[in-house]
Amino acid sequence: MAEEKTVPVLKCQHLGIQFGGLKAVDDFNLEIGQSELVGLIGPNGAGKTTVFNLITGVYKPTEGSFYLEGQRMNGKKTHQIVHAGIARTFQNIRLFKKMTVIENVKAAMLQKLSYGMPQAILRTKSYWSQEAAITERAKELLKVVHLSGKEDLQADNLPYGQQRRLEIARALATDMKLLLLDEPAAGMNPTETEELLEIIDYIRREFKISVLLIEHDMSLVMKICERIQVLDFGTTIASGTPDEIANNPKVIEAYLGKDNEEKEAWEDA
Amino acid sequence: MDKRHKLSYLLNAVGVAAVFALLMLLFASGIFGTSTTYIQGICTTACYTIIMVASLNLVVGFMGEFSLGHAGFVSVGAYASAIVSGALAGKGLPDVGLFLVALLAGGIAAGVMGVLVGIPALRLRGDYLAIVTMAFAEIIRVCFCNFSITGGGKTMSGILKLSTFPRAFWVMVVCVTVMFLFVRSKYGRTIQAIREDYIASSAAGINVTFYKVLTFAISAFFAGIGGGIYAHYMTAMIPTNFNFAYSAELLSEVIIGGTGSLTGSIIGAAFLSALPEVMREFSTYRMLAYSVVLILVMLFRPGGIFGRWEFSLTRTLGALPRRRKAKEGV
Repeated sequence: MAEEKTVPVLKCQHLGIQFGGLKAVDDFNLEIGQSELVGLIGPNGAGKTTVFNLITGVYKPTEGSFYLEGQRMNGKKTHQIVHAGIARTFQNIRLFKKMTVIENVKAAMLQKLSYGMPQAILRTKSYWSQEAAITERAKELLKVVHLSGKEDLQADNLPYGQQRRLEIARALATDMKLLLLDEPAAGMNPTETEELLEIIDYIRREFKISVLLIEHDMSLVMKICERIQVLDFGTTIASGTPDEIANNPKVIEAYLGKDNEEKEAWEDA
Repeated sequence: MDKRHKLSYLLNAVGVAAVFALLMLLFASGIFGTSTTYIQGICTTACYTIIMVASLNLVVGFMGEFSLGHAGFVSVGAYASAIVSGALAGKGLPDVGLFLVALLAGGIAAGVMGVLVGIPALRLRGDYLAIVTMAFAEIIRVCFCNFSITGGGKTMSGILKLSTFPRAFWVMVVCVTVMFLFVRSKYGRTIQAIREDYIASSAAGINVTFYKVLTFAISAFFAGIGGGIYAHYMTAMIPTNFNFAYSAELLSEVIIGGTGSLTGSIIGAAFLSALPEVMREFSTYRMLAYSVVLILVMLFRPGGIFGRWEFSLTRTLGALPRRRKAKEGV
């Protein structure tokens, strides 16, 4: 295979975690190539967010390991993993609510600011130039997520859909290689979802980043994901292209339930 | 740095100098008569209280963690600076030099203590952290009660009277300026992000523990400097001065002034340190009034009188001509 030469952006090998007697995630294997968009789906409580928490260092895996561009990441702290290149958004939006929109983005750019305490207090040239540079960058990123002109609003005054996009801008600010999106379209109306899809598509092309996406909106997952992996009770029950997944009887049974036709009809409506 | 910033720094420097000149002029004019020294004393008290309260505000207001042990750091600074100035007295240093060296020593000692306390304590959050910081302050107090170098529970007296009003004022100006610049830099932005959401902060690449301990240490450093001025103003002190009630008093001044507003800390501290003196005649009811004020503020302005608002001289001056123009327009 030709792809063997390129190192996958993310590689999970037999990743697992046990809480007491409960195996929340077991033998999770996944490879994501550059600019690839992979969906992670499964019924509630299947362990999708736990996978995110493992990959971002919130939980330490009890089994297996995962690699970012060939570099083993087990046991690293969340901020170290972010610096290495994995950023995420949250299922329940977590913004710095009482800060302005642009400060939210700038807060994630700590790595780009090399000035120290003396320079900050004496307001040296490096302070001014670095602060100006990240302000410029933050504005560009806000433009990417269609939030230009809202820089000085307080974050929690933004409407829901815009808060979600601001979270993406904040994740982009960390200069990541892999973006983990935890139900980005939850609670959005169809127009907002459409805009979100455009943005995701744009950042994949423009920033050459890979995306791992958790989503409940099946039509969305089927539409944009190149590959899909299905979790149920912590184990992978299927993985493949959207078409393969849609026709996989195991998935239909676990995820959509047996009265599948009724559900589909409901979703189409 | 562009012209706008330069101008605003210049304006603020002029403003501070004007306040200082005004106060000195009032003292020199003898308008207060025999109570001039007394009022100057109150102003010195206000200066070191401002430093202590503003430094506590870094932790409580900007980082969003409750600390009930600020008096512990104040006492470390007070005793360390008193010991240093006692040891260096008569070694040929001018008074101002001796004062500054003593304050720096007090600040560094308190800062080191801040790191030592912060590393284990800042693993906790909220109520748990508040209790642990309170416990640490008590440990520090009990230690001072038992060390012979600090008087062993008796009054440590004979500290040089180095804290004059002008010195205390300028030290306060420098400390508050540094804290302000700290807050308005990546450090301030980072600790405010931690206050808002520590999980999101670490997901944004922030080393939460590091910045928490750093801020805690800086807060302790300035508390120590405040303590140093206190020691050289009182010239005698006893460890029980720095008990839990003192920490609680500092914390309530932060809360009344406004959590997350250095302006609030300055005005809150200045006002509340003068209040007991002004109301001395009603000393029986003093604490009662204090509690009522606290309750009223909590009920009607839960974020403190100033909330997160900061006073800006540049903005105020900029607004004046605009208002005039608006009036002329009408």
